[in-house]
Amino acid sequence: MLKKFTKLQQGLSKTRTGLVKGIGRILKSSSRIDENTLDEIEELLILSDVGLDTTEHLIERLREKYKDGIIDNEEEVFNLFKAILAEELNSSVSANDPENVINTKPHVISVIGVNGTGKTTSIGKLAGRYQQKNYNVLLAAADTFRAAATEQLSIWGERVRSDIIKTSPGGDPAAVAFDAVNAAKARHKDILIIDTAGRLHTKSNLMQELQKIHRVLDKAMPGAPHEILLVIDANTGQNGLAQARTFMQAVGVTGIILTKLDGTAKGGIVFSIQKQLKVPVKYIGIGEKPDDLQRFDPGEFVEALFQ
Amino acid sequence: MFQEISEKFDGIFKRLRGHGKLSEKNISESMREVRRVLLEADVNYKVVKQFIASVEKKAVGQDVLKSITPGQQVIKIIHDELAGLMGEKQEPLTFSNRIPGTIMLVGLQGSGKTTTAGKLATFIQQKGRKPLLVAADVYRPAAVEQLRIVGREIDTMVYSDEGKDVVKICKEAESFAKEHLHDTLIIDTAGRLHVDETMMDELDRLKSELHPEEILFVADGMTGQDAVNTAKVFTEALDFTGVILTKMDGDARGGAALSVRAVTGKPIKFLGVGEKYNQIEVFHPARMASRILGMGDVVSLVEKAQQSIDQEKAAKLEQKMMRDRFTLTDFYEQLQQIKKMGPLQDVLSMLPGNQKALKNMQVDENALVQTEAIINSMTIEERMKPHIINGSRRKRIAYGSGTRVQDVNRLLNQFTMMQKMLKRMKKGRGMSMPFGL
Repeated sequence: MLKKFTKLQQGLSKTRTGLVKGIGRILKSSSRIDENTLDEIEELLILSDVGLDTTEHLIERLREKYKDGIIDNEEEVFNLFKAILAEELNSSVSANDPENVINTKPHVISVIGVNGTGKTTSIGKLAGRYQQKNYNVLLAAADTFRAAATEQLSIWGERVRSDIIKTSPGGDPAAVAFDAVNAAKARHKDILIIDTAGRLHTKSNLMQELQKIHRVLDKAMPGAPHEILLVIDANTGQNGLAQARTFMQAVGVTGIILTKLDGTAKGGIVFSIQKQLKVPVKYIGIGEKPDDLQRFDPGEFVEALFQ
Repeated sequence: MFQEISEKFDGIFKRLRGHGKLSEKNISESMREVRRVLLEADVNYKVVKQFIASVEKKAVGQDVLKSITPGQQVIKIIHDELAGLMGEKQEPLTFSNRIPGTIMLVGLQGSGKTTTAGKLATFIQQKGRKPLLVAADVYRPAAVEQLRIVGREIDTMVYSDEGKDVVKICKEAESFAKEHLHDTLIIDTAGRLHVDETMMDELDRLKSELHPEEILFVADGMTGQDAVNTAKVFTEALDFTGVILTKMDGDARGGAALSVRAVTGKPIKFLGVGEKYNQIEVFHPARMASRILGMGDVVSLVEKAQQSIDQEKAAKLEQKMMRDRFTLTDFYEQLQQIKKMGPLQDVLSMLPGNQKALKNMQVDENALVQTEAIINSMTIEERMKPHIINGSRRKRIAYGSGTRVQDVNRLLNQFTMMQKMLKRMKKGRGMSMPFGL
């Protein structure tokens, strides 16, 4: 636990430097909150991609508390703001650990998202995580569109010692998904992870293709996919909300993987997504190595932000 | 692209125009709304601040408030400032006389460098150059293989040599290009975080060894506030020469376009607007400003039409129409010409006027496909003489094209209508090519 926590903190260190050091600086430089301070907090939140609506909402809450006279020193503001942020993230997250609620075999996970968010890399890392816990994982290369997507997943498969089901480029992704479910059953795999092609949520034909993949999965195994993970790049701006909303409407989303948190991007869009869509973030990606995928924990996340 | 943002501007402008007189209060209210729109579009916080300050300063000038159309004046100021933010003029790719010239693509992971390399190669090939793609991403699994496949798809040679130092690979690619008469190297580097010093150092080494004419920073159009930080570090390290914004065919509001330019001072040169290799657009600041503000981009539309429509064929078609011998074969050809201009939705989005009306009119690309299928299922004779298509032929055509007889009927009716229209047009000449759908 402590180790995991440290790793998260390392990954988030730059996030922290931007968001929290900034807030810390503001709070230390003035002993009372005034409108200027709130303006500066607003700037910091917006610069973290929290979004204007959510930022205003958070500041309104801070301001109310301030009016109530609960705050009288900067440390309390600090704690209060931390509590507000954690609460925002907590209110929508179910306590279920997806890694412990595997009650079907195979447990089918579909991984979706727009282009270039890191789906394939996340799948490699996710498969590694499950393999480490002694689950037997099968990968399905259902991205038959992008050049060399299958090869990329194959290399990950070798790295984390998972079998892979694939087809020729341009093949039918739904067919791959179907075959993969049957193969998973036949080979007694615990978990099947399906890598879908990146698609912009605005392309209705591609979204239909995704719906078809999911229909076929359900046909091959009623109830599948059991988990649908949407991959969102932490660099994404306000469009992340539209992405999450559209994918949710099209196929439903059970969780989010927030990738590339090892850069300077803050991933603040998570606050808006959770507030408006109530989809929990389940994992964060903080590097390119197999073990650079961490469970997202709102408490830790906020706590780490404020270290 | 930019649709949402332009809708919102539309609303703000309507309110502005609605005032016979503008007070400073009206203006500052509008500015607050503009601020909101820009922030929601991911334009960087600081850039927005400057933008608003500068528009406000110009807008409260006496001339504006006293003019007969103050609203219109303010809109013009916003338009000009926006265009200014995105750069004054279109900046083309620069090539020196050196052979091979070198273009280096750099950026974060997943921004779309490899796809863009393919698009750029296609683009300069059309300009008569002979590019060589160089696979300089030796880190990401299957990245080299990806570029090889891209090269195969667009008929462009790819130089790769796995397991070697990247600088060495590129130097060797340079001599290979000289030997094999390739005049441009397009180097696809690995995606990297700007905070990764070792990787940034590699780019620096590449730059000092290769002296590229162009270093293009490839940025995801959906990027948020951090676009500015990333771009800043990349330009400080490499002093890149231009920006390519990718994934601009989504509904991202493209605020990154405004901020990256404003912060680095480097021009945006291209936009990536689709998954096909010809879906790359030259970036025109003023036109883009018009498009964002919902004023349409007629210049680009006309250019697009000129590019994709075969002039000779169009002239022939017009002649045929006028001579009353417009057949289903011609109709089919006309459809192909329109299709070449790209997705209808994109074409329509360039038209000026109310974007909302267009947006609600969900363009059905499938209707086009269906029409094509129906015509394809006809015999040549049927296409030339549609009147011979009787009931049993209709049934056969419907069966062959996977449609219903009603669909065949509808197409035939439309076609008859078109012919009638053409007859009428013949009298009053001058009109060309009706978009008969």
